[in-house]
Amino acid sequence: MIWGVLQFPGSCDERDALHACTLAGGEARLLWHEERDLGGVDAVVVPGGFSYGDYLRAGAIARFSPAMEAVAEFAAAGGPVLGICNGFQVLCEAGLLPGALLRNKDLRFTCRQVDLIDDVGGTLSIPAKHGEGRYYAPDDVLDGLEANGQVAYRYAPGQNFNGSARDIAGVRNEAGNVLGLMPHPEHAVDPLTGSTDGLRVFAAVAAAGARA
Amino acid sequence: MARARVLIRPKEGILDPQGKAVERALPALGFEGVGHVRVGRMVELEAESPERLGELCEKLLANPLIEDYEIQTL
Repeated sequence: MIWGVLQFPGSCDERDALHACTLAGGEARLLWHEERDLGGVDAVVVPGGFSYGDYLRAGAIARFSPAMEAVAEFAAAGGPVLGICNGFQVLCEAGLLPGALLRNKDLRFTCRQVDLIDDVGGTLSIPAKHGEGRYYAPDDVLDGLEANGQVAYRYAPGQNFNGSARDIAGVRNEAGNVLGLMPHPEHAVDPLTGSTDGLRVFAAVAAAGARA
Repeated sequence: MARARVLIRPKEGILDPQGKAVERALPALGFEGVGHVRVGRMVELEAESPERLGELCEKLLANPLIEDYEIQTL
């Protein structure tokens, strides 16, 4: 399996994402934002950071990059895509995932370990670090996401520090091949830093690719 | 060239913590009786095709899911 990790001006977590992809199994390479060709990768990671300086709105400019045009086509064809933090914001701005990410309710950039609950009731402990991670979608959209099983991760009780609607930390698209979340699974892949739960997120993305 | 100003603000009903923070700071400065503060942004531009400004707002300047926009031609 070959993973491609996008790199925008202002990305900062692409190296950890590459490392996490390798640990999850396979080979990983960086894809520069100006490349229109994804080079035949099997899965794409849109990493965290501050692409294009987060100008205008987080993720708003990055969605127009040549690489994101290619990612949109890749996703439409069923290819697995994982957006982390800023990558999640980019995927929402691009319309590949429903909803939007707003300023944290307390206006603070927060960096902390959070507990998440996945859609089969498993728990994960992984770090979150963002200032604009308050998930929002209109109520009818949220109802649809819940009914279709598109809510992939929620903050555990008491952990929803940013004020996200219905404690949502991560969502999938309707087809199930595009996943985005605010916390950072790529920073939780080595026992040295306290948790390897993030590898389960990468495994889920690889499995979505295997089904496609 | 047409000059225009685009005002972008959070949609009604969406929590605007920046507006709330400003609102809370005002009484401490002696400004009582100020409410419903909403903080948005303003973009000034010159356009050759002003009829396309709506489309431009929908696609880039605003996120219609969370923001309203208003185009003022100058």
